[in-house]
Amino acid sequence: MSVQVWTWILVGISFALYFGIAIWARASSTKDFYVAGGGVSPLANGMATAADWMSAASFISMAGIISFSGYDGSVYLMGWTGGYVLLALLLAPYLRKFGKFTVPDFIGDRYYSNSARTIAVICALIVSFTYVAGQMRGVGIVFSQFLQVEITNGVLIGMAVVLTFAFLGGMKGITYTQVAQYCVLIFAFMVPAIFISIQMTGNPLPQIGMGGRVEDGTFLLEKLDSLHTQLGFKEYTSGSKSTWDIFAITLALMAGTSGLPHVIVRFFTVPRVKDARKSAGYALLLIAILYTTAPAVAVFARTNLINTVNETAYSNIPDWFKNWENTGLISWTDKNNDGKIQYRNSEAVEGKPIFTEERGAAGNRLVRNATSSENELYVDRDIMVLANPEIARLPNWVIALVAAGGLAAALSTAAGLLLVISTSVSHDLIKKQLKPDISDKGELIAARISILVAVIVAGIFGIYPPGFVAAVVALAFGLAAASFFPAIVLGIFDKRMNKQGDITGMIAGMSLMLFYMIRFKTGLVGIMEPLPASEWWFGTSPEGFGVIAMLVNFVLAITISRLSPAPPEDVQEIVENIRIPNGAGKAQEH
Amino acid sequence: MNKKSHAKRYWQENIKYLFILLSIWFLVSFGAGILFKDFLDQFHLGGFKLGFWFAQQGSIYIFVILIFVYIRLMNHLDKKYGYDE
Repeated sequence: MSVQVWTWILVGISFALYFGIAIWARASSTKDFYVAGGGVSPLANGMATAADWMSAASFISMAGIISFSGYDGSVYLMGWTGGYVLLALLLAPYLRKFGKFTVPDFIGDRYYSNSARTIAVICALIVSFTYVAGQMRGVGIVFSQFLQVEITNGVLIGMAVVLTFAFLGGMKGITYTQVAQYCVLIFAFMVPAIFISIQMTGNPLPQIGMGGRVEDGTFLLEKLDSLHTQLGFKEYTSGSKSTWDIFAITLALMAGTSGLPHVIVRFFTVPRVKDARKSAGYALLLIAILYTTAPAVAVFARTNLINTVNETAYSNIPDWFKNWENTGLISWTDKNNDGKIQYRNSEAVEGKPIFTEERGAAGNRLVRNATSSENELYVDRDIMVLANPEIARLPNWVIALVAAGGLAAALSTAAGLLLVISTSVSHDLIKKQLKPDISDKGELIAARISILVAVIVAGIFGIYPPGFVAAVVALAFGLAAASFFPAIVLGIFDKRMNKQGDITGMIAGMSLMLFYMIRFKTGLVGIMEPLPASEWWFGTSPEGFGVIAMLVNFVLAITISRLSPAPPEDVQEIVENIRIPNGAGKAQEH
Repeated sequence: MNKKSHAKRYWQENIKYLFILLSIWFLVSFGAGILFKDFLDQFHLGGFKLGFWFAQQGSIYIFVILIFVYIRLMNHLDKKYGYDE
C-alpha cells in the first residue's frame, strides 16, 4: 500500500478513537468540565499531562532543532524536563491541596485581591494564546504535508476536531483523549527511532545506540564531529552559544515549564496530594522517553543527511529529496555547476528559499534568493523528524505513523490550552468577578462559548500566522517564568508575602520581559526593527531573558512585601493549611 | 499550639528534603551539563563525551529518579507525622 493510503487509514483510526472517548466521557457538571471531577488516577493523569505537554514543537521540531544545533540543543532537553522537578517539588502538591480550579484562582485567593487575579488572568491568556496559535499551524502543516490538503483546510479540520472533544467532554473528555493521544504519539516517535538505531548502530535502544559504534567501528558521535569539522561546522558535541546564555535559557525554560497554566491545571484533577506528587513523577517518566530519544534521532538524522546528500549527484538523489523539494522544505542551487550537492556551513539562501516557476538543468527547482556562499543546500529543520523514516528507507506504514503522531501531539496540546483559555474567561473573569451569582449551568454555557471563541481566534492565527508567532512561542516560557513562577512559589514558601509585593513583582516581571522581547526579538511592525545580538544586556538572548525578569520579580516582591503590612490572619492560615498534605477533599466518582 | 509546632516540624523536614534534592537537580544539569561541561568532556562514557552525555541524557534520567525519591521520602514523612490518607 502507498504511504498516502496508510496515512489516511492510521489518521482515520486514531481520530475515531478520540471521538469515541470524547463521547464516552461527557461532562455533566462544572467540576467535571474544569478538573475532570477531581477523580483521575495518577497514571492516567501522568499520561494526559505528558500528551498535553508534548506539542507539535516537541514532536516535529525539537529533534530537528537539536540536529542542527548539536550541544546547544541541550537547553530544550534539560529545560523542558528539569521544569518537572520544580513542578513536583515546589508547586504541584501545594496547589492540589489548595484545591481550586485554576492558577488565577490561587493567586486571587492567596493575595486576597481581585487585581492580582485579573493580572494572572491576563498573563494566562497571553501565554496560552501565543502557544496555541503555533499548535493550530502545526496541525495545518501535518495535514498539508501528508494528506495533500491545503493548509487552510487542514487548520479547519483541526479546529472542528478539537472543538468537538473539548465541547463534549471539557477537562474530563480532554484528559481521556489525551491518554489515547499519548499512546499514539509515543508509539509513532519510537518506532522509526528504534528502526534507525538498529540500522545504524545495531542497538535497538536509541539512547544507547547514540553512543554506539557505526559499521566501520568508530563511535557515531566521533564520526559526526569529524563530518562537521570537514564541512566547516562547529563540532556537534560543542555548540556555539556562550555558557551564560545556555545557563540562562535552560533556567528560563525550566521555570517557565513549571509555571505554564495548562500544565499546572492538570494537577488539580487527581484525588489526593500524594497523587499529585505521583502523577508529576509519571508525567516526567513518560515525557523522558521521548526527550531521551529525540537527541538520538537528531544524531542519526544528521549523520544520515550528510552521508546521503553531500557530494551526491542530483541525478542519483533518492526520491524523498525531490518530494520534499516539491513542498519547498528543501532547495538546491548548483552554484559551481558540477551537478553535485555541496553542503557547507553557511547560508545557501537568504532566509527561506523563494522559488521561481522554472527548473534548472538537472531538474531541480530554481530559487530567486541564493547567496554567493559555497553551500548549495537549504534544509528546513522540521524535515529531520518528518522525513527521517523516508531517508532511512523504512516501510510505508512507519512513514504514515509519523503523521498520526504529529497530529496527536498538536491536537492534545491545543485542546489543553483552549481549556485553560476558556476557564480563565468563564471562571476567573465571569464567575469570580463580573457575575458571581451565575448558576452552575450558566457557567458551563459560558465556558463552552469561550472555547468556541478561543478555537476560532486560534484558527485564524493558524491560517494567517503573524510572522512573529514562531518567535513568540519560545518566549511564552520566558513570560511564564517572569510572572507565574515567582508568584506561586512565594505564595507557598513565603508566608509574609502580601498582595503589594506580588502585584508589583508580577507587573514588573511581565513588562520587563515583554519590553525585552519586543526590543530584541519581534520589533514593532512599522515602528521599530529588533536590535542585533551585539546589543543584548549582559549577552543574554531574549529566550534566556526570562531568568533576569524572574529575578527582578522575586527581588521586588520580597522587598516591597517587607515594607508593607503583613497579609491578614486568614490568608496566613491558608498558607499553613496548604503546607499540610491531608484533607484535600475526596474526589467524586464518575 | 502543639498542633502548630507539629506542622512546623513537618514543614522543616520537608524543606530539608527539598534543599538536598534541588541541589542534586542543579548539580547534574547546570553543573555537569553546562558549567563543568568542558572539564567533563575529557572523560568518556562509551561513545559519549561525559559532559555532553549529562546535558543530553544523564540529567534527564536523574530528574526522573529525583521525583520518585521525593515521592518515597514524602510518603514516609506523611506517615511519620500522621498526615497520611
